[in-house]
Amino acid sequence: MAMADKTTEAVAVAQTTGMPRLHKIIFSVLLAALIVLPFVVYPIFAMKVMCFALFAAAFNLLLGFGGLLSFGHAAYFGGASYIAAHAAKVWGLTPELAVLTGTAAAAVLGLVIGALSIRRQGIYFAMVTLAFAQMVYFVALQAEFTGGEDGIQSVPRGDLFGLISLEGNIALYFFVLTLTFGGILLLYRIVHSPFGQVLKAIRENEPRAISLGYDVNRYKLIVFTLSATMAGLAGATKSQVFQLASLTDVHWSMSGEVVLMTLLGGMGTIFGPLVGAGIIVTMQNYLATFGAWVTVIQGVIFVLGVLLFREGVVGVLARWLKKPL
Amino acid sequence: MIKKLAISTAAMAAVIGAPALADITVKLGVLNDRSGVYADLSGEGSVVAARMAVEDFKAKDKGITVDIISADHQNKPDIGSNIARQWYDVDGVNAILDVPTSSVALAVADITAEKNGVLIDSGAGSTALTREQCRPTTIHWTYDTAALANGTGAAMTKAGGKKWFFLTADYAFGHSLEENTATVVKANGGEVVGTVNVPFPATDFSSFLLQAQGSGANVIGLANAGGDTVNAIKQAAEFGITQAGQKLAALLFFVTDVHALGPQTAQGLSLTEAFYWDQNDATRAWSKRFMDTHGAQPTMVQAGVYSGTMAYLAAVEAVGSAADGKAVAAKMKEMDFDDPLFGKVKVRGDGRAIHDMYLFEVKTPDQSKGEWDLYNQISSISGEDAFLPMLDECDFTKK
Amino acid sequence: MFELLGIPPQVLLGQLLLGLINGSFYAVLSLGLAVIFGLLNIINFAHGALYMAGAFVAWMLLNYLGIGYWPALILAPLIVGAFGIVLERTMLSRLYHLDHLYSLLLTFGLALIIQGLFRNYYGISGLPYQIPAALSGGQNLGFMFLPNYRAWVVVASVIVCFGTWFIIEKTRLGAYLRAATENPVLVGAFGVNVPLMIMLTYGFGVALAGFAGVLAAPIYSVNPNMGEQLIIVVFAVVVIGGMGSIMGAIVTGYMLGIIEGLTRVFYPEGSAVVIFIIMAIVLLIKPDGLFGRPA
Repeated sequence: MAMADKTTEAVAVAQTTGMPRLHKIIFSVLLAALIVLPFVVYPIFAMKVMCFALFAAAFNLLLGFGGLLSFGHAAYFGGASYIAAHAAKVWGLTPELAVLTGTAAAAVLGLVIGALSIRRQGIYFAMVTLAFAQMVYFVALQAEFTGGEDGIQSVPRGDLFGLISLEGNIALYFFVLTLTFGGILLLYRIVHSPFGQVLKAIRENEPRAISLGYDVNRYKLIVFTLSATMAGLAGATKSQVFQLASLTDVHWSMSGEVVLMTLLGGMGTIFGPLVGAGIIVTMQNYLATFGAWVTVIQGVIFVLGVLLFREGVVGVLARWLKKPL
Repeated sequence: MIKKLAISTAAMAAVIGAPALADITVKLGVLNDRSGVYADLSGEGSVVAARMAVEDFKAKDKGITVDIISADHQNKPDIGSNIARQWYDVDGVNAILDVPTSSVALAVADITAEKNGVLIDSGAGSTALTREQCRPTTIHWTYDTAALANGTGAAMTKAGGKKWFFLTADYAFGHSLEENTATVVKANGGEVVGTVNVPFPATDFSSFLLQAQGSGANVIGLANAGGDTVNAIKQAAEFGITQAGQKLAALLFFVTDVHALGPQTAQGLSLTEAFYWDQNDATRAWSKRFMDTHGAQPTMVQAGVYSGTMAYLAAVEAVGSAADGKAVAAKMKEMDFDDPLFGKVKVRGDGRAIHDMYLFEVKTPDQSKGEWDLYNQISSISGEDAFLPMLDECDFTKK
Repeated sequence: MFELLGIPPQVLLGQLLLGLINGSFYAVLSLGLAVIFGLLNIINFAHGALYMAGAFVAWMLLNYLGIGYWPALILAPLIVGAFGIVLERTMLSRLYHLDHLYSLLLTFGLALIIQGLFRNYYGISGLPYQIPAALSGGQNLGFMFLPNYRAWVVVASVIVCFGTWFIIEKTRLGAYLRAATENPVLVGAFGVNVPLMIMLTYGFGVALAGFAGVLAAPIYSVNPNMGEQLIIVVFAVVVIGGMGSIMGAIVTGYMLGIIEGLTRVFYPEGSAVVIFIIMAIVLLIKPDGLFGRPA
């Protein structure tokens, strides 16, 4: 017991003082691979993977590190994508401002819903978040500016800072890479900050954290809002990539999908959500020709994942390597 | 990944290199719903239809190599546009066929224009494809909501159904269907006594039907599609609404839906279609071949994929290449088509294919002599009367 | 004439009755979910898919074996229940020691598989299933025409709901069940076969879903998607009633059916979301649901 405490402390110290070497290497390799990627695979596909990787990482901040299962994250992802699409198309904002507007909207939405939901726990928390997400869906369906089931189509890609055209796939790719990779690094930073340590303490033993004098609800609200904001960043970016914001992004099955990605990759790991998002998006892309079998295959992965690989792909790897990933 | 790159460059080379050689390579993508509500009326059947067109066109003998691929857009615009983009960018697709679900069709139409392909839409109903969002590369082949409204709406109003109550699926498609029909009803001296917006999708219509019953209308217009319409009709029979004298008008309904309901429940229903398998010898012969491969009779959407593909291939042959979508679409607008399934077809400057539409009535169980013997033809509506007039700004032959 | 917000009273009465009919489906389905959650602590996301399977089994019995509605009303739930028992034995039983999250995800995956398979084999247009001859036709109640079959749906659901509540809350068997969930080791020590009881409970909960499916087959088309649209609403019903509360699930099921029915008159566009608004309000004011015991 004492040993274990010491090692966790040691890890905690290492984590707060800087990035472990292994993580540095992985992030560098990842960045290098991502820079080459658009010249090897179809850039739009790569961008989709990155958007979902950020979305899953944002979700993982809440579930894996905050211990809160939200079943309504589509609200922030989709909400932000609608606002960003509207900002770019109707208000004529430049891409970076449109994304910023969408992200800010998700932050506000997350703050409001978070403040109302964090008072509940476990399955009730999940259900309250689902209820609010259904309301956001309802607004997206009924409101005038969202275009009903057509969504907001033909969003212009525009010029970055009003200067650099993003019409080309490669230019857009590097814009998206900057946003999503930056977002993921920021999430990493949050997790390994003193704030992140308190979060873990709350997740492990809430009464103890309270007795230590931490305002638990304030921490939960902050992490909820942060997670919603980053999910919003992912959604806003996605709307710029596909030039479209649609009901798919706010539907409850999107909330389910992000749980699947996180779980498959390994919740509570740094790289798990990225891997999970990569696997699911690739699968959806390449299995599209199988038609109805896609749902069946996805279901089988769910079942096998829960029965055999509950730690997720990265979780299993981390156990082999005996290092946190 | 490297292999994929190699394939895509090969495809690009094939497309670019094609005009220099005598033989032409064409790649067609059938993009439709393969697992959702429209899977039975489009789906794999549309792929079968496209293959039959390639066969009947004798493409091989004419030195045209045609490759057909297909995918499921799941009725979601984001998935559909993603596939379309990838088809044009990576797989070297020249034309996209079918595309039911208006929201997806509109998204694909934009991408098609941007990538200089051709969209030959058979499955979607939105008039916006050739109006508000018209594009030079969009061809809208089979039907649209205005044509359905002109068929069913006009016929029923003239037959004495002057007071209409609409059950409208609460999304853009439902509203546009209702609007189109209401215009036709009013133009024929009828009136709209009420409308209820039903959340989509819905399984229970009893509450809305009861409201329609209480409204004193003589026609209940069902401005919805697929499973929603099926459920609404079933429940109208159950609540004795049709027996009490109110008539139902299914504004978008396909032969597969009638087949699913059975003549017992669907009898007497009026509907408008562009094609029915049992119209004449040519349609019967073709449908028999279709039935042998696919196991069901063709819908008008699947027949439209066949006839649209025939027309497209003829235009490609005339142009000598499939690479320039704009040129092929322009050629299609110059040509006259005489087709075994749709008869005489002319593609207008805005991309709207003009052909006759037909008003059908569902047979009673006594009249029906087989599983698929479902319709009596009431009248035919000429293309000029069925479709909306062309908007000047959408006439791409003038530009 | 007396009118409430512009709606004549007979119309209102009719809508209340229709709401009650829809509530009957919610009640039977949420009852099954509540039994499974209350006694097994499993959130059964596959419930909607099994409800759909119930309707399909009824259709198959008729079309492949010529077995009609009344035998199917017993047989289909048994078949679906047996299938549920297989799922419980082979998969769910491995997850009892884990967080709720995992059983939710597993059953979510199962739902995808079941729906996907039915979609592949039976398409999506829906298959017809006729109302049994004995229940065709209807009664003119003055304010509305009530189909006999719909009246039967209300009667059948009330009987099943009351029977289930009685067994679990008022009989010795029910007492064992409740005790087994509180302390399985102790109950096992008294010689009760706890795993068997848990297995049969899951089978029973799932059979309720199958029963609702057979009830629904003649009025809605038998369609692979019929459960997918319903499951989220039924979840909300269970949560509003209080997770695991048998009485809560039943009463809330009927009540929400009626509230939804009224919404369809006053603001039809909102009828799909009203349940979630109620759920959010209830959870914020009374976190354990209307009938839940505080955790």
